Amino acid sequence: MTTISRQKEILLMDAHDMKRALTRISHEILERNKGIQDLALVGIRTGGVYLARRIQAFIKQIEGHELPLGELDITLYRDDLGSRRDQPEVRKTSIPFHITDLKIVLVDDVLFTGRTIRAAMDGLIDLGRPAEIQLAVLIDRGHRQLPIKANYVGKSVPTARDEIVHVYLEELGERDRVVLVTAE
Amino acid sequence: MGLKRKDLLDVASLSAEDIHLILETADSFKEVSGREIKKVPALRGKTVVNLFFEPSTRTRTSFELAAKRLSADVINFSPSTSSIVKGETLLDTARNIESMQADIIVLRHPSPGAAETLARGVRSSVINAGDGCHEHPTQALLDLFTIRQRKAHLAGLCVVIVGDIAHSRVARSNIYALTKMGATVRVAAPPTMIPLYLDRLGVSVFFDLDRALEGADVVMMLRLQLERLGQAYLPSIREYARLYGLTAERMKRAKPDALVMHPGPLNRGVEIAPEVADSGAAVILDQVANGVAVRMGLMYLLSGG
Repeated sequence: MTTISRQKEILLMDAHDMKRALTRISHEILERNKGIQDLALVGIRTGGVYLARRIQAFIKQIEGHELPLGELDITLYRDDLGSRRDQPEVRKTSIPFHITDLKIVLVDDVLFTGRTIRAAMDGLIDLGRPAEIQLAVLIDRGHRQLPIKANYVGKSVPTARDEIVHVYLEELGERDRVVLVTAE
Repeated sequence: MGLKRKDLLDVASLSAEDIHLILETADSFKEVSGREIKKVPALRGKTVVNLFFEPSTRTRTSFELAAKRLSADVINFSPSTSSIVKGETLLDTARNIESMQADIIVLRHPSPGAAETLARGVRSSVINAGDGCHEHPTQALLDLFTIRQRKAHLAGLCVVIVGDIAHSRVARSNIYALTKMGATVRVAAPPTMIPLYLDRLGVSVFFDLDRALEGADVVMMLRLQLERLGQAYLPSIREYARLYGLTAERMKRAKPDALVMHPGPLNRGVEIAPEVADSGAAVILDQVANGVAVRMGLMYLLSGG
């Protein structure tokens, strides 16, 4: 239904907004965890990985140390694997450190239903027993279907369920920006 | 995404893109086998049935492990313990298994074409784990995966397959797979073990192993099926070992970084000398380890759509 009607794009964040938000999140992570002791970042593929790398770079600027960074693919943990028509592509999970007893900050671009985060937590726990799992997202757009809440949020945006939030990243050949696609 | 097919019956009908997709997917699953908890929930609630009409430990175990690491439930059927000895046909057996809601049937059978016959008769996905002298597609895929792991690419490589080409489903599947991916394939064997019209598959035939090995990137040895001895294919094992056995001396003719592969089980001292099988060039155990990842990737791809 929504595909027939005309769509318009609303700019939610530009490159400067994104940089400020990620800098603030980096500071908040350090504040909450009182430094970088036992701390590690895990980005959720694909967007979350690039955002995690940016947070890693900001924290290095602030603290002078590089946090361990992992990349998590949640495809195999999706709760809709058997019911989808198309088979989602599996990518590699690469977490080159032991997560047991670490404080893990999961990083994703958009927090929506919470199902991706549920899958990511299941995936992480299969790899070990972290001391804590925290969640950092660039955009929280509401409409949770699971009891999941982010610890660090770049921007909270009220949306309608059928609207779409796109996070465009330089690393993927785009101009940094966040856009809300909505029916006119 | 996905393979867009219900079954995997052969390599002949796969495109280069399909093969690429399977190898890429397998690469993602390779990581799972390195974990402390070697399990992901991708096939939770699905049932995989191993239906093996020929003895096999390696392949059956590999499929079983792959299915279990995907959290599927696995049932093993083998003819000696089931109603097949009571005269039930393949299709009837399979239909019974299907009625138990099997999602994937892995079939090994002595008759060429058995997997295709089965696939036409059931709604479950069928994976051919070897049908007579026809094909053994997952073996070829894991061989390609292993070569790619070491050589980073397949196109342009020179691969020599040595042994009983005529009766080898491993050779046939590998010839299809390697040529589709742009590798050059040579085969070396006694004339009695080379099928007619083999050159139509785009391979060059050698009766002299030493000549075939010149400049090879990969040497793939086939197991000499000793049961063929009484069938006039070979004068003696000793002669075969002398003319077609891979020794350290012979390997010097291949490229210095050439790989040695073997689908197992090894006949040490017949087709392969122990010092070659245990050398740094041999990737025989990598093949076994990679087999699990490739079969995981394949079952994942077939379970979608």
